[in-house]
Amino acid sequence: MKKTFKRYRLFLIMLGLYGVLYFVEQNLFIASTTKAYNSMIEMVLVLPPVFILLGLLDVWVKRETMVKAMGNDSGLMGILLAFFLGSAAAGPLYAAFPVALTLLRKGSSFKNVLIMIGAWSTTKIPLLLFEAASMGLTFTVTRFLINIFGILGIAFISEKVLGHKELDEIHERAIQLEI
Amino acid sequence: MDNTAYLIAFVALGISFFKSKEKTLQALKKAWKSFENILPQFLSILLLIGFVLSILTPQQISSLIGGDSGWWGVMLASILGSITLIPGFIAFPLAAALIQSGAGYMQIAAFISTLMMVGIVTIPMEIKFFGKKAAYLRNGLAFIFSLLVALIMGVILK
Repeated sequence: MKKTFKRYRLFLIMLGLYGVLYFVEQNLFIASTTKAYNSMIEMVLVLPPVFILLGLLDVWVKRETMVKAMGNDSGLMGILLAFFLGSAAAGPLYAAFPVALTLLRKGSSFKNVLIMIGAWSTTKIPLLLFEAASMGLTFTVTRFLINIFGILGIAFISEKVLGHKELDEIHERAIQLEI
Repeated sequence: MDNTAYLIAFVALGISFFKSKEKTLQALKKAWKSFENILPQFLSILLLIGFVLSILTPQQISSLIGGDSGWWGVMLASILGSITLIPGFIAFPLAAALIQSGAGYMQIAAFISTLMMVGIVTIPMEIKFFGKKAAYLRNGLAFIFSLLVALIMGVILK
């Protein structure tokens, strides 16, 4: 009970601030609540399948399989798989973090996890179609091409900068986190 | 789009259930556990999004990052994009509307790119998952990269 309270502390504080807002600036309160509610609906629509698939992946995919597919020596195959996983996913960027955690636990390299996150944020196929419809094909294609290089660049540079010790710590942390 | 994800999840669940009832139950338990574990952060983020989106109206944004705002506008657009969390299905029509009402391509490219890749609001969550250094590094690199995207888009879409 006490632990639950502590975990929800920030949320309760923000609820309190919303309460203050209600008395101080009612219009802003109504606008904020509406927008928070809309975001929540969107989250509720998108998240359940992501978490169900995560649970299934956790139960069915053996660690050795994941290490082989996306681990340090997975090469081009791992990179392509990471791109595919991220592009096929649905949901906002922060929904990618639990997925990243599961991949790390199962032995995926951090580089491939970063590629997955990058793809999740920018190369989702339905989103690209949507982007093309509102921003035009030139804008979309240009951004897509630059992004592929950017995602790879960010992943490779991060792995280089972090080095072996820190990468090990990231894996260690992923395994020990109680999520 | 959402339906596809549900369809895949249900088909996968069906196959899993057919193969092993216990493992499927275990998977669902894990799914719920990981969801409940980040629920507090999700709820806090939702309230924050609601508030931030309410103070920053599209009109305000377009007055700040118009086509003539140059690198100052690009920087501002990048910072706005890093802070705000707008889903893509809202962001792209918003971006199109902003361009029609005078925002520049360079600024909009910076805004969209940071919006998608940099998350200041979600950084505590990212730190919890990957550690401080990795989280700051990823967001920092993504921010620099977004400026680069803006530069290239600015040249190409003149």
